[in-house]
Amino acid sequence: MMQVVNPVRYQDFSLERATQVVQEFKDQPGALINALHKLQDTFGYVDEAAMPMLAKLFNLSRAEVHGVTSFYHDFRRSKPGTYTVRVCQAEACQAMGSVELTEAIKQQLGVDFHETTADGTFTLERVYCLGNCACAPSIMVDKQTYGRMTADRFKSLAESLSAKAKGSN
Amino acid sequence: MSIRVYVPRETTASSLGAELLVDALTTEAKYRGLDITIVRNGSRGACFLEPLVEVETAQGRVGYGPVQLEDIPDLFDADFLNGGQHRLSLGDVEKLPWFANQERLTFARCGIIAATSVEEYKAHGGFKGLENALAKEPAAIVQEVLDSGLRGRGGAAFPTGIKWQTVANAEADQKYIVCNADEGDSGTFSDRMIMEGDPLSLIEGMTIAGIAVGATKGYIYLRSEYPLTQQILLEAIANAEAAGYLGNNVAGSGKAFTLEVRMGAGAYICGEETSLLESLEGKRGQVRYKPPLPALKGLFGKPTVVNNVISLATVPVILEKGGKHYANFGRGRSLGTMPFQLGGNIKFGGLVEKAFGLTLRQLIEDFGGGTYTGRPVRAVQVGGPLGAYFPASLLDTPLDYEEFAKAGGMLGHGGVVVFDDTVNMARMARFSMEFCAAESCGKCTPCRIGSTRGMETIDRIVAAKNEEEREAQHIILKDLCETMEVASLCAMGGLTPMPVMSAVKHFKGDFQ
Repeated sequence: MMQVVNPVRYQDFSLERATQVVQEFKDQPGALINALHKLQDTFGYVDEAAMPMLAKLFNLSRAEVHGVTSFYHDFRRSKPGTYTVRVCQAEACQAMGSVELTEAIKQQLGVDFHETTADGTFTLERVYCLGNCACAPSIMVDKQTYGRMTADRFKSLAESLSAKAKGSN
Repeated sequence: MSIRVYVPRETTASSLGAELLVDALTTEAKYRGLDITIVRNGSRGACFLEPLVEVETAQGRVGYGPVQLEDIPDLFDADFLNGGQHRLSLGDVEKLPWFANQERLTFARCGIIAATSVEEYKAHGGFKGLENALAKEPAAIVQEVLDSGLRGRGGAAFPTGIKWQTVANAEADQKYIVCNADEGDSGTFSDRMIMEGDPLSLIEGMTIAGIAVGATKGYIYLRSEYPLTQQILLEAIANAEAAGYLGNNVAGSGKAFTLEVRMGAGAYICGEETSLLESLEGKRGQVRYKPPLPALKGLFGKPTVVNNVISLATVPVILEKGGKHYANFGRGRSLGTMPFQLGGNIKFGGLVEKAFGLTLRQLIEDFGGGTYTGRPVRAVQVGGPLGAYFPASLLDTPLDYEEFAKAGGMLGHGGVVVFDDTVNMARMARFSMEFCAAESCGKCTPCRIGSTRGMETIDRIVAAKNEEEREAQHIILKDLCETMEVASLCAMGGLTPMPVMSAVKHFKGDFQ
């Protein structure tokens, strides 16, 4: 049996709410990335409309804020599915068949990396190393890591997650 | 009396169902009218035994593992709370050869104590190093670290004491201690394990560093792939603050040291120290030119110690037992112990802390038990994605910085990834280039463009119609790798050729 994580409830984006949640970083030196994480944790992504506000808050140009946001793999620009599934692509997982596992997961979900399933339940991403290299291959669903993953185990996990996502709607 | 039951709160254990066990144990004990207290320790590092459940019995601490949810009723039936025999019984886990043959200095407490408890930390020797440090002049603290021979465990292996000395001698109104916890190398997890299992040792180490060089503020730059680690660190920092070990008056000394955890955002390059500093300042994680050294102009332009988690978490034991004691372990210029991490296709994977000098074979065969699949070992990558691939014929190389360099590899952060004989090394070489292309910061051309050209060239080698064509492409690849190696700004572009060229050297037959 595997742990079935609870779906995250993201708030709907509003500039007012966004401005509110990042105020705590205003006087912290160099805290733009903290603010971007906060926005993403709150809304599920970093909305374009928040950029000028962040620029003003940190006394930066909009280009600088855009540059930082687009540099880091973590920050997404549109709302993800209910769950974000990240599949490790690094060497230790490859040694345990992650290439084949990745294919199976893509098949199972019917999407490629950076895509969201039609029912909005899963967004698929790749990740390089989850630090679980002795129990490879590994995947991560939101903030929960799963080791010794197989195509069959993923199938049953995905089914449980789907059921939970639907149940909570 | 309540019986103490240990269930690790740790990423690997959690990835195999440990959180489910916590609920099930609690429910089952209640149902049977038994009084238990669940203690959240870290992992002892034997990942193959996770989730490892231990019970404090009258005869001592006994282990059961790996425990699955369905084993719980069975374990209660076997009276595991009193050490009863069960299919999963391990007895005193410290007596298992896997543990008994290790030399644990940095990881001495990891997996044994409740991870974030100041009280248990102190009961196991914690804060003795800080106490000793506070009784010394700052220069004497640095001297102790110099005497230990400790070299940066992040991978570059630069002597930690010399870095500290440079920062200590710099004049500035503000200095910083930065902990590099952006453990991005595949096959490495020792940083995560110590932060989850004994976070106070890192906090103590950073505090000692602060006192030694005159820094009052520390940052831990933690990768975002470690959310559980973040929770545990924050909890440990709060506990240390409450107990007076962090803040304006560290352990009553009148000296100030505070800590902040900042999260990375999924960029491998931010493990490079100057790129990490840029990221900490809220910028794109692009590598800086050196000089100036971060030790003189680091975070926000101030003198900064940037050390890896393991380097800093090793400082307390050095100050507790003395630099000379630490230097008694290891050999040559590789002194002390190294927490090696065994991953990939390995039967008994996990963390093995051992003095430098054992061979790769001893690590993989004696500790690791060979491959998980039971097939022969064909290739081993040591030192992360920028480390060399070794063939089975090099397994007798001693694990030591200089010996590894001599054999054309690098020890790096001590990660060891094992592959069986089904691996295709041309595919792995291509992946190294692919990874570099995906993770390059883009500042220098050899890395940014070279990685993509490298991918294309390897594709052409594999697709070549005849030997002549293939050899011509091999010459291009070699030339490209040389350019990347000498002309890249940092180790990302500079070392990507290492796995690529080692794969070509030892496994050329795969490139067709």
